Amino acid sequence: MRNKRQSAEKLMQRIFFSIAGASIAILFLIMVFLFMEGLPIFGVVSVGDFLFGHYWYPTSDPPDFGIFPLIIASVSVTALSSVFAIPLGVMTAIYLAELASKRVAEIVKPTVELLAALPSVVIGFFGMVVVAPFLQDVFDIPTGLNLFNSALMLAFMSIPTICSLSEDAIYSVSPGLKEGSLALGATRWETILRVILPASISGISTAVILGMSRAIGETMVVLMVAGGAGMIPESIFSPVRPLPASIAAEMAEAPFRGDHYYALFAIGIVLFVFTLLFNLVADFIAHKYRQVGEASL
Amino acid sequence: MKKVSNLLAMAVGLAMVVNVSAASAANIVMKGSTTVLPIAQEVAEAYMKENPDTKITISGGGSGNGIKAIIDGTTDIGNSSRFIKDKEVKLAVEKGTYPVPFAVAYDCIIPVVHPSNNLSDISMDQLKAIYQGKIRNWKEIGGPDKEIVVISRDTSSGTYEVWEGKVMKKERVYPGALLQASNGAVVTGVAKNENAIGYIGIGYLNDQVKALTVGGIEGTKETTLNGKFPVSRALYMFTRGWPDGDTAKFLNYVMHPDQGQKYVEKSGYVPLY
Repeated sequence: MRNKRQSAEKLMQRIFFSIAGASIAILFLIMVFLFMEGLPIFGVVSVGDFLFGHYWYPTSDPPDFGIFPLIIASVSVTALSSVFAIPLGVMTAIYLAELASKRVAEIVKPTVELLAALPSVVIGFFGMVVVAPFLQDVFDIPTGLNLFNSALMLAFMSIPTICSLSEDAIYSVSPGLKEGSLALGATRWETILRVILPASISGISTAVILGMSRAIGETMVVLMVAGGAGMIPESIFSPVRPLPASIAAEMAEAPFRGDHYYALFAIGIVLFVFTLLFNLVADFIAHKYRQVGEASL
Repeated sequence: MKKVSNLLAMAVGLAMVVNVSAASAANIVMKGSTTVLPIAQEVAEAYMKENPDTKITISGGGSGNGIKAIIDGTTDIGNSSRFIKDKEVKLAVEKGTYPVPFAVAYDCIIPVVHPSNNLSDISMDQLKAIYQGKIRNWKEIGGPDKEIVVISRDTSSGTYEVWEGKVMKKERVYPGALLQASNGAVVTGVAKNENAIGYIGIGYLNDQVKALTVGGIEGTKETTLNGKFPVSRALYMFTRGWPDGDTAKFLNYVMHPDQGQKYVEKSGYVPLY
């Protein structure tokens, strides 16, 4: 009897180990594939020309493979969208975790999370058909398909991530800290600002960075609303073409294993490096600033 | 509704890998131009429905690859959106084969603007200057004092290829041009922006956008077929030598006005008749 239980235990452990191992192995193989298909382009152009070249004309003769405007586009769209998403996301989280009455929270929270359930193509369509003409009229700009519009749409997409992860972080601050602060005569506002936020800062930072890495990798929205001009933006109302948009628009018709194909995979590598960095930073912050116990605040 | 379906088509198109293949015994293999691909798919589907024992395998890869496959003998039919080059004919003859071209459809690209635009005709030179970024304001060509929003296609599309070849004469479209990934998206982009100019395949024209005449010539089926409309070209299917057997039967089907040519129009191109 005891033996049977033990062997069942062992068996389960092995099954779970192989499942976990399989997902890691698959991820690793995808990475290997990405590098295998992307690196050959550097036999045609140098890494410097690829990263800092100003012209992206992969199909003309001779072709130009410079992705600097695309990198700038991705970075600026992500940065601008965090300007919208971080305050909105974090403040919503604070409201939900600390201020809202139970009934309000029960309505607001699922609504915010519903935003995450919207498929990106729907958000893109909304940006293209509703927001773009609106921006055009209000700001009197030549086109509403631009950096500002796509940053706004991406903010919609990263708010749920930022909000729900931050809320978890804030919610899990030990009640002792909060009660202690209130007992010492601090107001609710002071408690939130001086005690709860510092105590949950690592969780909030992780939430923000994960939200940003979602924004930088998002494809459909930027393909539809960013405009797609392959030049360095002059203002926040310039049309831009972020990295994923280029891959999505061109991959289907790039000749298999041609230079253009390799170049698109190399763009994939650049994106991969970006998100990897974001995740490493998130991990670092989560460990370094983790609030352990109540004494160290 | 059309707009919605265009967008859906765009999404589906993006998600799809170009390779539409089916494994089987007695079959016809087609390779090449992604411009010809929609026609090939539509016609092949209909053909296979009528001839269930024939299987047709289609893949993309571009015109150059299609012709190369004909030369190397790795395909029965090579799709191409351009005529074969002298160099390629020479190479084929050296390898002991003679490629035979069949024009199966015409591609006609029409410049479009917002319906409120008072412009109705544009010259090839003006189009080129606009897409080079040399003309940036509508008032330079007789319109209102508004910046021109130039909408172009992704550089790997067949539509862009025609535009680059016929209008730009191999010059580059300037980097400030907006990029859209499908004909449908260009229509939406132009319909939603009164400062915009774009170009689309003739099959995508609708009343949300206004078609411009080019040098006084309207882009229609007739002007495409008689060669008057400047932004048009023939689309080809190449075979290794004169086709026989299943390949010949299929090509006959493609060229037949009531069979294959019906689907040409459905895919947004100009049929032969």
